[in-house]
Amino acid sequence: MFNKTSADLSSVESPEDSRGSEQRLKLRKLSRRIPKGAASIILVLLLCAFFSPWLAPHNPIEQNLGAALKPPFWQGGGTMDHLLGTDNLGRDILSRIIYGARISVIVGFVGVLLAGAVGTLLGIIAGYFGGKIDAVIMRLTDIMLSLPFILIGIAIIGAIGPSLTNVVIVLGITQWVGYTRIIRFEAMSLSKSEFIEMAIISGCKWWRVLLVHILPNVLNSAVVLATLDVGKMIIIEAAFSFLGLGVKPPTATWGGMLADGRLYMTVAWWTVTFPGLAIFATVLAGNLIGDWLRDELDPRHQLKV
Amino acid sequence: MGAYIVRRFLQSLIVILGVIVITFIISRVIGDPVALLLPPEASPEQRAYLTKDLGLDRPLYLQLVVYVGKVMKGDFGHSFRHQESAMKLVWERLPASLYLSFVAVLFAIGVAIPLGIISAIKRGTIIDRIGMTLALFGQSIPAFWAGIMLIFIFAVQLGWLPPSGYGGFKYVILPATTLAFFVSAATARLTRSNVLDALDMDYVRYARLKGVPEFVVITRHVLRNTFITIFNIVALQLGLVIGGAVITEFIFSWPGIGRLSLESIYSRDYPVIQATVVIAALIFVVINLLVDIVYIATDPRVKKN
Repeated sequence: MFNKTSADLSSVESPEDSRGSEQRLKLRKLSRRIPKGAASIILVLLLCAFFSPWLAPHNPIEQNLGAALKPPFWQGGGTMDHLLGTDNLGRDILSRIIYGARISVIVGFVGVLLAGAVGTLLGIIAGYFGGKIDAVIMRLTDIMLSLPFILIGIAIIGAIGPSLTNVVIVLGITQWVGYTRIIRFEAMSLSKSEFIEMAIISGCKWWRVLLVHILPNVLNSAVVLATLDVGKMIIIEAAFSFLGLGVKPPTATWGGMLADGRLYMTVAWWTVTFPGLAIFATVLAGNLIGDWLRDELDPRHQLKV
Repeated sequence: MGAYIVRRFLQSLIVILGVIVITFIISRVIGDPVALLLPPEASPEQRAYLTKDLGLDRPLYLQLVVYVGKVMKGDFGHSFRHQESAMKLVWERLPASLYLSFVAVLFAIGVAIPLGIISAIKRGTIIDRIGMTLALFGQSIPAFWAGIMLIFIFAVQLGWLPPSGYGGFKYVILPATTLAFFVSAATARLTRSNVLDALDMDYVRYARLKGVPEFVVITRHVLRNTFITIFNIVALQLGLVIGGAVITEFIFSWPGIGRLSLESIYSRDYPVIQATVVIAALIFVVINLLVDIVYIATDPRVKKN
């Protein structure tokens, strides 16, 4: 009967209706201070990813050798047909950037979800149980931290073959460490608090304590960390594609475009400039949103990343 | 203090052991060395002979024990591609990686630490905002794109510096700058937050109340007390950079361990991959250990406990 201890206690302190409006007010305040430029970049990115067939002026993989290495429209020889020029196979750069957003969005979000889930779960387990379990998980994070992960990632992908799924899996198994370390710390201090003790006394099973009582209380931090991580995931995916170990060509990826363009940059600066700018703008926006979320959700800046 | 150092040392040993085990697992995932070493038309007898010769017919746990024992002695076996021991190959490439990392970290220190300190002192002013925006930019630029653009501007367009290769100081400038972007961003942000913490301390307030000139407050009280933390940050970054320069070394054809490991992955030369990963991890762990020891040896508050 005491199973819902924490929920009951808090609803006694603040009746449901007033808490609801309080939260709405908080949300409104929160959204008012959102960095507008960064939010617009993310919005454009999402639009590109979801509506690429309608937004892209050309087929991203259609070659047209007659129109190879055309400069952007404002430079001599450029046309309005290819606003940002074409690559060495005559493919439209703008269209490839728009389609490339799909890969980056998928990798950014799924990678963070996977790494965040693994890391958060290990973090609350380590923090709640302590002792030997904690020691084992902490040594595991030490090992992961000391591994040159780009190398490990490349080695694994080299072995299991390059594909979108494999890149996401590699991100999931190599990038969870940051979550574990911080979430563990929070779970540790939480498990000493009164409402957790009450839950245990009232006969709550350990998995229920973890998932119902501890997990919701560390989610704020996990979300902040995840937001700050999206950019990192996108950069790593681009690096893999750049090395030819990501999504296979001719699928358009930002990293792959940089790899193709690198060989032609002496004659066609646009082939390396625009895809790079796309990555840079996306990552910058992700970092700005992450910083903003941290300032809002963690005003004392406990999450030093 | 002695007990703490012993404990940290043992932890580091466990981490290194874990890294070695992981490289073993990865080598098993990467593929069958017999198939890699022999031509496809080899007879079953030849295969059986090589399997026995390499010890691959023994149970897996025994192979692991033998492997760990050999690695502990610095023996990773022979490279599949070069007629040399894997360890020797890594050893030959290590100086180039160390050189690049040291110069990169020096560049980063030169920019990031003054930036972090000034931003903290001038907190909230336009200088602070510019400084932190620069740091954010540095954090959001993918290293491989920064490298490509640096080559494009300083080697292709201006012709001031060589685009790639290994030689005198002018060869190291571009790759070191590429690596320094990310290092500086992290260092500047961490320096700023540490100086801010120190500025909040009571002893700083008392010094100001006492009428100590602001310049002396900053140099003698604030900076002296944050010096150790900043030193830590820089040392840890160095540990990360040595094993993490894979892509930078690739772009600039820099003959370090990063490029060596990438070449080895492409040709599935796994003794060399294992050697690189273990050495990079070892460097990281040793630097971490040293940093911890320096930290407790220099901080009188830690000594007491």
